[in-house]
Amino acid sequence: MKAVLLGATTGMGRAIARLLAARGDQLFLLGLDDADLDRSAADLCARHPSHASVGHAVCDLEDPDTFASALDRADAALGGFDAVIVTAAMYATQDALEADTELARRLVTVNYANTVVFCEHARKRLLARGGGKLVVFSSVAGERGRKPVAIYGSSKAGISAYLEALDHKFHGQGLEVLCVKPGFVRTGMTAGLKAPPFAGEPEDVARTVVAAMDRGEAVVYAPRVWSAVMLAIRSLPRAVMRRINF
Amino acid sequence: MNTTSENMNAAKTTTTPQAVPAEKAPAPMGTIMGWGRIGVSGRELLSEDLPKITRGANLTRGLGRSYGDSSLPAAASDRVANATLANRVLAFDESRGILRAEAGASLVELNKLLMPRGLFSPVTPGTKFVTLGGMVASDVHGKNHHREGCFGAHVRAMKVRLADDSIVECSPDTLSDLFYGTIGGMGLLGHILEVEFELARIPSQWIWMESERVDDIDSFITALNTAAPKFPMTMGWIDCLSRGRRMGRGIMMAGRWASAEEAKRTDPMRLPDVTVPFEFPNIALNPATALAFNTVYYWKHVARTMARLVGPEPFFYPLDAVLEWNRVYGPRGFTQYQCVIPRKAGPPAVREFMTLLTRLGGASPLCVIKDCGPEGKGVLSFPLEGTSIAVDMAVSPDLQRIIDELNAFVIAAGGRVYLTKDRFTRPEHFRAMEPRLDRFMALRDKWDPQRKLRSAQSVRLFGDRA
Repeated sequence: MKAVLLGATTGMGRAIARLLAARGDQLFLLGLDDADLDRSAADLCARHPSHASVGHAVCDLEDPDTFASALDRADAALGGFDAVIVTAAMYATQDALEADTELARRLVTVNYANTVVFCEHARKRLLARGGGKLVVFSSVAGERGRKPVAIYGSSKAGISAYLEALDHKFHGQGLEVLCVKPGFVRTGMTAGLKAPPFAGEPEDVARTVVAAMDRGEAVVYAPRVWSAVMLAIRSLPRAVMRRINF
Repeated sequence: MNTTSENMNAAKTTTTPQAVPAEKAPAPMGTIMGWGRIGVSGRELLSEDLPKITRGANLTRGLGRSYGDSSLPAAASDRVANATLANRVLAFDESRGILRAEAGASLVELNKLLMPRGLFSPVTPGTKFVTLGGMVASDVHGKNHHREGCFGAHVRAMKVRLADDSIVECSPDTLSDLFYGTIGGMGLLGHILEVEFELARIPSQWIWMESERVDDIDSFITALNTAAPKFPMTMGWIDCLSRGRRMGRGIMMAGRWASAEEAKRTDPMRLPDVTVPFEFPNIALNPATALAFNTVYYWKHVARTMARLVGPEPFFYPLDAVLEWNRVYGPRGFTQYQCVIPRKAGPPAVREFMTLLTRLGGASPLCVIKDCGPEGKGVLSFPLEGTSIAVDMAVSPDLQRIIDELNAFVIAAGGRVYLTKDRFTRPEHFRAMEPRLDRFMALRDKWDPQRKLRSAQSVRLFGDRA
């Protein structure tokens, strides 16, 4: 596989990149900071069985002007990629987002609008070569409007809907879209939060996601137990959702 | 001074999740514990960006395997950086056998990377759940100490964040006083950000192990001395509940890496992880269960001597097979007493120490003996030429008295204790056993005159303000 990863310097993205590198996939990293990308590329080279070089380019989800050129550089370096994996996103607590409307605007723009734009660039390149895999991290927070994730969750609901439609529309043309819905995972992003039951580790999520990717699944919950948890949440009546704080 | 700019913090926007400033989501106040499970209140900062979270921090910690209070904050409000997410390999020169990685990289991850390529850490402690930063700060030793010294002897360079928040590179040639003070310096001279070290080449992934059932403490010292020239790795388990004629009986283990011809064709099996699922009650580990365990463990070695191929996991990390085994001690918590008795005090001193230890009691199945080679260059590095004995002890009302008595003996013998294990040594005892302390404190005066870097242990032993 020749995969482009956006957001693989940290958290679950880092874990997925390591898993792919260890099995010999060719990788290209996109992210914010060139020096940081360089360090992650060195890490992945060391883990790769053939020490194959890992290229990287700066790509900022807040700046859609960077998308096309970054993907072009990845395409040139890999000699045509066949998978794009997006783990990058913004996160902030509901309290922080309610207190700072500008932060809320940035978050929904990055997580929904700009992610859709990035995926459009990626999708067109993949389809031009007869298809490939597009893997995007949404969240269980997008499953239902909930008090603690009202704003963040709505951005993830939007991206989930977009990915579902992409699958419906382009599956016949060879595009395999995987919408990843992580539950609570212990990463730097969630370090300030109290871990609920069923909290996962990034390495376990990575294994689940790569397995789902290899099988061509359209949606995967990680850890998988969250599909049952969210089924229960979705079935709760509005009167209950108004009362509980979950 | 070679100060590196902090370009990684300069990101103007946020596309990676953790980019929301930590101030907006402060870590919840919780309990920070060492491996001995005696906790203090505090909060840890966790991020892949170690330069960011060590800025202004009072202490950096890794996987929390030090038993006592060396990785615990001096006060609940102290900034404690957790390095474990900073775990990238930055440079790996397979042909020269040199690796540089971020300080949070763990031995468990590095072993997976190195072993299939015929390489291994030059020194490994008795657990693989340690970070490189922790291995330097504790200047860890292993079964090969009599040959290879401590981990610090194989470190080529480090990147360190100083108390004034500047970042410097140090090595035996550059800022060598900082370099040797940081080795074994318990993280008190600077926050270790990156470590570059030399790797050992291994001919196979298997170990040829010869073990011998030993009758008493004198035979044990003889057995270790006899094995030392023949084997690069030696250590022993002592049944510290045995008394009288049998005092200090146990099993001596010696090993070397098997040659490619001797080794099995298959890779050593990695056993599935087993976790102690809950905290045992205090009563679970008592003199009766400890005696039962020790008797079975001793007589399981039916033959006087055995020789076989074993994997590195059971050889180096027998206790890692059971995750969170420290829960066995129950809510009371425990400590490990580890001291070294200098060779010049002679074998009688070791026998006297064992007599004192068995008389004072403690009733733990874990007691380990190891002959150490010469003292390393780390200013506060633990080992010195002699015999090291380590024993786990559950917390009890008698514990402080037991440790005081053991320390009094160790001081008289010219030995010392290992800070990484320690929780109960009194400051006056530590000073009496550590003539190098003034040198270390002079280094702290130079690199951290305000004593910004501190731990619960530095308050207890070095008189830092609480």
